[in-house]
Amino acid sequence: MSKYFRARIKENRKLNKDHNLLILTPLTPIKEPEPGQFYMIGMGREEYDPLLKRPFSPLSSSPESIQILYRIRGRGTLIMSNMGEGSVLDILGPLGNAYPMPARNHIPLVIAGGIGIASLFSLSKKLSKRAYIFYGARKRNELLLMDELKNFAKELFISTNDGSVGEKCDITDILKRFLNSQSYLSDKFLLYLCGPKPMLKAILEIIKDRKINAYVSMEENMACGIGACLGCAVKTVKGYKMVCKEGPVFPIEEIVW
Amino acid sequence: MSERVTLYASDILLMNLSVTIGKLKLKNPVMTASGTFGYGEEYSDFVDLNRLGAIVVKGLSLLPREGNPPPRIVETPAGMLNSIGLQNIGVENFIREKLPFLRKFDAPIIVNFFGDTIGEYEEVARKLNDVDSIHGLEMNISCPNKEASWKIFGTDPEVTFRVVQAVRKVTDLPLIAKLSPNVTDIAQMARVAEDAGADALSLINTLTGMAVDIKTRRPKLGKFTGGLSGPAIKPIALRMVWEVYKTVRIPVIGMGGIMNANDAIEFMLVGARAIAVGTANFINPLATIDILEGIETFMRENKITDIKELIGGLKCH
Repeated sequence: MSKYFRARIKENRKLNKDHNLLILTPLTPIKEPEPGQFYMIGMGREEYDPLLKRPFSPLSSSPESIQILYRIRGRGTLIMSNMGEGSVLDILGPLGNAYPMPARNHIPLVIAGGIGIASLFSLSKKLSKRAYIFYGARKRNELLLMDELKNFAKELFISTNDGSVGEKCDITDILKRFLNSQSYLSDKFLLYLCGPKPMLKAILEIIKDRKINAYVSMEENMACGIGACLGCAVKTVKGYKMVCKEGPVFPIEEIVW
Repeated sequence: MSERVTLYASDILLMNLSVTIGKLKLKNPVMTASGTFGYGEEYSDFVDLNRLGAIVVKGLSLLPREGNPPPRIVETPAGMLNSIGLQNIGVENFIREKLPFLRKFDAPIIVNFFGDTIGEYEEVARKLNDVDSIHGLEMNISCPNKEASWKIFGTDPEVTFRVVQAVRKVTDLPLIAKLSPNVTDIAQMARVAEDAGADALSLINTLTGMAVDIKTRRPKLGKFTGGLSGPAIKPIALRMVWEVYKTVRIPVIGMGGIMNANDAIEFMLVGARAIAVGTANFINPLATIDILEGIETFMRENKITDIKELIGGLKCH
């Protein structure tokens, strides 16, 4: 089973203006990822442009099918969004570490901002009905997979900045309220975070005096995905670490913001 | 079926892919470019390291280096900019922690290194010279010189001469000087390095470049500028290898945007005795082997029995 394989696009479904769901059929046997791990996906283009693979967290991955939710954000994902059924992609993975699973007495809280849900979806599924899920975005069309998340969650909290769905606030406001109302459980909470940096920093502020443990999935520009190019450095209290190999999941207190 | 296999094997046997770089004999001309192949082990899940012509490891300094603040990488059209900042584990950690793994393979190990001062270059070279199973040294002279207001060593002919000569004096290992392309006259730099005692030259290192985010008005790299690599630089690299090949007598190792066997053969035709695969490793972890097999296929299809027929085989009239 090689970590470098090809997969055929079965479907590249447009969910809305900014998001697609990519469904891939691996052409050779693959290793199944743990929640938190990622794939480097290359568009296999003859002209080497875009050149580099892009990291994506799968929603699910089995020998038959890999599902990737992605936001069309830059040139690479724009080109990817125009690739049709039958196109073949180069894939490296699964790569990186995984979210550590909660102990039996932990109460897992999953906090996703925008497309950060892509990384936390498979974890939420695995935690079936155990996790409180907090999911925020700027507007309605950035909140995806709501039916599935409702099923996986013990309770699902939703916010948008424009109030088009859920509460009109930052998801961190809801999290803060939740933690305040359950402060007697602080030492039981285990947080899993993925989202934009301002959200992550806000959460760090909220939890730092409460002694709550949190794991965060980090993002950086990446070239090789296997710890060779040293490109995806993130500053930690133990010096630079590589998101692709030593991460992407880090204990939040290790990160230097 | 079995007859076809036999024919194929004999075709291989009839082909000579070996090349020499000074006193170093490579079984084929496919090397890795420093900084793109880690310390070898990162790629050992994908590549049979025994098959490589040589492994050139990530550049080492006297002491470990932390490297530059992120973002360290940004993609550009058919290329990428990097400003890793020469992050590395330091020469002693390399010898202790990484070399034992590399020793197990049949490929020569070439260690890339650099210093902030000429004295540091000498010290690193001395430490490496005393270690078994290092087959060659490649000195990176595209780094800043602490003793000359951080001007890049390899952009000044006199400094280039002095640093190469200093290292030459402390090592009898095959010594490769890796030239910076950020100069007006690459042939002059090549001649200087040859005169200072280098056994071979490798080129090109990355070209200094920049990218800007127009919304934030900030440079896209944390350290503002970085080194451009990938297919975007191949035409420049080819031209420089050709100019250097015509100027010096020592072997030239060609690199800069080699993505496939055709690219590698282009470099050999303009004079490269060996080639190094760099950024392509990031795109395809099997790139080195794919390129090696592609060269073999090209030779078989064109009835070339010795790879030396390709080296400098460019026809200009």
